[in-house]
Amino acid sequence: MSEITETTTTTAPAAKLSRKEFVSDQDVRWCPGCGDYAILAQVQKVMPELGVPRENVVFVSGIGCSSRFPYYMNTYGFHGIHGRAPAIASGIKIARPDLSVWIVTGDGDGLSIGGNHLIHLLRRNLDVNVLLFNNEIYGLTKGQYSPTSRVGQKTKSSPYGVVDNPFDTAALALGAGATFVARTVDVDQKHLQSVLHRAAAHTGTSFVEILQNCPIFNDGVFSDVTDGEGHENRQLLLEHGKPMVFGPENDRKGIRLGPGMEPEIVRMDSTKADEILVHDERNDAIAFFLASLAWQPGPGIERLFPVPLGVLRAVERPSYERSVYQQIEAVTRKRGPGDFDELFASGDSWTVS
Amino acid sequence: MGTAPSYHNGSKPTQELETVVIRFAGDSGDGMQLTGTQFTSESAIAGNDIATLPDFPAEIRAPAGTLAGVSGFQLNFSSREVFTPGDRPDVLVVMNPAAYAVNIADLVDGGALIVDTDGFSKPNLRKAGYEDNPLDARGMPERYRIFRIPISKLTSEALKDLQLPTKTVSRCKNFFTLGLCSWLYSRPTEATVGWIKAKFRTAELIEANLRAFNAGWAFGETTDAFALRYTVGSAHIPPGRYTSMTGNKAVAYGLMAAAAKADKKLYYASYPITPASDILHELAEQKNFGVVTFQAEDEIAAAASAVGASFAGAIGVTGTSGPGLSLKLETIGLAVMVELPLVVVDVQRGGPSTGLPTKPEQADLLQAIFGRHGESPVAVLAPSSPTDCFHAAFQAVATAIKYMTPVILLSDGFLANGSKPWAIPSFKDLPDIPAKFWSKNIGFHPYLRDEDTLSRPWVVPGTAGLEHRIGGLEKDYDSGNISYIAENHDRMVRVRASKIARIVDELPDIEAIGPEDADVLVVGWGSTLGSIEAAIRDLAAEGIGVAHAHLRWMNPLEPGLDKLLARYRKVLVPELNLGQLVRLLRDRFMVDAIPINRMEGRPFKAGELAAEIRKHVRTPPRVVVGGAEAR
Repeated sequence: MSEITETTTTTAPAAKLSRKEFVSDQDVRWCPGCGDYAILAQVQKVMPELGVPRENVVFVSGIGCSSRFPYYMNTYGFHGIHGRAPAIASGIKIARPDLSVWIVTGDGDGLSIGGNHLIHLLRRNLDVNVLLFNNEIYGLTKGQYSPTSRVGQKTKSSPYGVVDNPFDTAALALGAGATFVARTVDVDQKHLQSVLHRAAAHTGTSFVEILQNCPIFNDGVFSDVTDGEGHENRQLLLEHGKPMVFGPENDRKGIRLGPGMEPEIVRMDSTKADEILVHDERNDAIAFFLASLAWQPGPGIERLFPVPLGVLRAVERPSYERSVYQQIEAVTRKRGPGDFDELFASGDSWTVS
Repeated sequence: MGTAPSYHNGSKPTQELETVVIRFAGDSGDGMQLTGTQFTSESAIAGNDIATLPDFPAEIRAPAGTLAGVSGFQLNFSSREVFTPGDRPDVLVVMNPAAYAVNIADLVDGGALIVDTDGFSKPNLRKAGYEDNPLDARGMPERYRIFRIPISKLTSEALKDLQLPTKTVSRCKNFFTLGLCSWLYSRPTEATVGWIKAKFRTAELIEANLRAFNAGWAFGETTDAFALRYTVGSAHIPPGRYTSMTGNKAVAYGLMAAAAKADKKLYYASYPITPASDILHELAEQKNFGVVTFQAEDEIAAAASAVGASFAGAIGVTGTSGPGLSLKLETIGLAVMVELPLVVVDVQRGGPSTGLPTKPEQADLLQAIFGRHGESPVAVLAPSSPTDCFHAAFQAVATAIKYMTPVILLSDGFLANGSKPWAIPSFKDLPDIPAKFWSKNIGFHPYLRDEDTLSRPWVVPGTAGLEHRIGGLEKDYDSGNISYIAENHDRMVRVRASKIARIVDELPDIEAIGPEDADVLVVGWGSTLGSIEAAIRDLAAEGIGVAHAHLRWMNPLEPGLDKLLARYRKVLVPELNLGQLVRLLRDRFMVDAIPINRMEGRPFKAGELAAEIRKHVRTPPRVVVGGAEAR
């Protein structure tokens, strides 16, 4: 039982590593132009900056395009089965709390077939990081709609348009009790890096939704928000303690609460600054409020708000595995280390002579 | 409050019996499981050999007094070796008409029927479907020895000055029953008295239950209803210290001991399911052994997290029952592919679907061996008794580590809840399990293979320089990288199969027990061991010699089986399914094995099994000696 901890404590202090050392020797096999390349590059860049020895990092994934990710990281990696990455990662983290565990999943893997595992992971608050690549489509199975596809979207399996209502990913995570919820985009390197740093630093489950473009089956699905013309009007960059303002320099807008507590977009040049909502990562009401903001032109429920990018929620709660080991320690203190001979004879026993 | 009555004392004459099968039956809320368990402890302490069969409904508290709510506990205690809980009770204790209705057909003719007459009220009779009291039916006194005792009334009289709520008083009647039966069979009572004192929280409850227990005993001593009491002598049990062990507890202990002997952390993940949950309960209790339990959100997560824990260097174990095994199969396939140690405990129950959740069956065998997509070989082990569950669980862990493979342990509801005396082992006498993590980085790749076992190295995260990726995709034999090459896949499929097949190299040849000249072989597996042994003993008493071989390894099958099967004129395969092992034997050995099957949610009755076997035995030649016929 001691062997596991020994292995980790003998790890030498991490020498300064570079991005290169996190790049595996495997050929990357995503489609040209896939948003996953950009995400991989940023993760490989951020990893050496975290100060965690490479051998203590584990990437775990399920099935789907995004789930090939572990093969490209020169760390420990586990490419699991569809939807089960959070469960596999839970076993890894509970068995070995010293490891830095990263789950890479997608909107189908994480929110459809693996939805149950994801919400329970968030509820338990294991100290792991979840990177959910959301491209609102099934890519690896060649273009069926996913649980985040929009109402009316035409795909191979919805030739007349999707009739399912999609998940609000951030709202789902918040509803499951996630202690850290953030959203970023594949095309904004700086923003992606800063969110990854915040996620890594958070104790507890860090849930990061990354809006990711699938050039083959759902090209440009987020361009309104990420890098298309006028995208400044459709993204709200969040900063803790700062007012919620957005838009180009010559057309700044802000968000305030309307009379029915509904979000209202107002022009900054005709609004008093103190009417604008100030972001607070620790405020649950604000987190849920932000999760309800979306850029969704119809059909379906139309919502025309800027999409919040950044950290929606970051609060402290003891991590699951820490509580598990605290309990083990407490019981061991009280009862003393287990003795098998005592245990075996702990029921009514009798002697035959 | 009295001291416990001594079982040595007593004024009534005592008759010695060899074997008694007693069944306690009542409403789910009547505490019959507790009565049975305590009576079992007393009998074990008396030196008897014992075997038990708890039989409870799937409903936690079905409406009181109904047939659906009847809970039973059967015990076979004897001065000779006991193989089964007994086919039919010699003594039936019933607390209400529903318990009577469900169980009376099993009571042997001339058997003792002990009845709580207070339970036989008009409404209770009606709930059990009786217009009139069946005890008054014609022929009853001739058929059974009936003891009508107002147990509820006598219990409340014994407790009347304690001024307890009626409900509390009513809950003590099982201890009155236990006291009475303890007197009747001259059981030692110290263990029960100790149990009452330890388990009840308040002095008031301790007093109440002790009084009820003593009142039951005293009633036996003074009533005219019982003219005789009985004793059952000590069985010839090898000397040593014993405790009563259920299969589920034995599995838990076996897993813990094996993990400790491998110097690894035990990680047990499970989703509550009858009849496997007690393994989770037992392990969750043992935190000071460093055991980590994880109650997962579902069966799949339990299995997947166990695979993750193994990847991280712990002994990943998941436990379940039939429907849960179905859900875990995909994950077991992953463990086959990534070649990590995984133990899956399947406590089989009646299926398909929800089936008979609390009753045993052996119908998951083919699911365990074959129930996955692709060629997905795993090791499958089947313990044969509640106490054997300890050794089988230990062996499952050792095998999972040595061969880097999933191992499915096929227990069942009978083994899980049934109990047998367990010779308490000494921890230091258990073998160490070699389990070294790989750390050499020269020429390393994750699918390097051990020449003998074909297993791959177990490298855990945290080992610098050996960072690697595993997953469900096919891997290249020579590099461990993803490979879709046709020849490589063919090779890897065969290697994985060979790895499991090679387990036989460490197993001894299977042998049969029985007379040299027997020409009929009974091949069993798992929990039918006791029934088969009892049936064969009964046949031997008639002069019929039959051989018996019992399989422990279901995959791979034990070595020597081919030669063994070829030696007999007939091979009979009794199973609690519609013929699963028999298919494997026919397929593998081209032997015309004959199935004997029952799907009744209970173990084989030895008598029924003996009758089935008898059909296949040649009538022994009649030898005429001096004009008289002899056999």
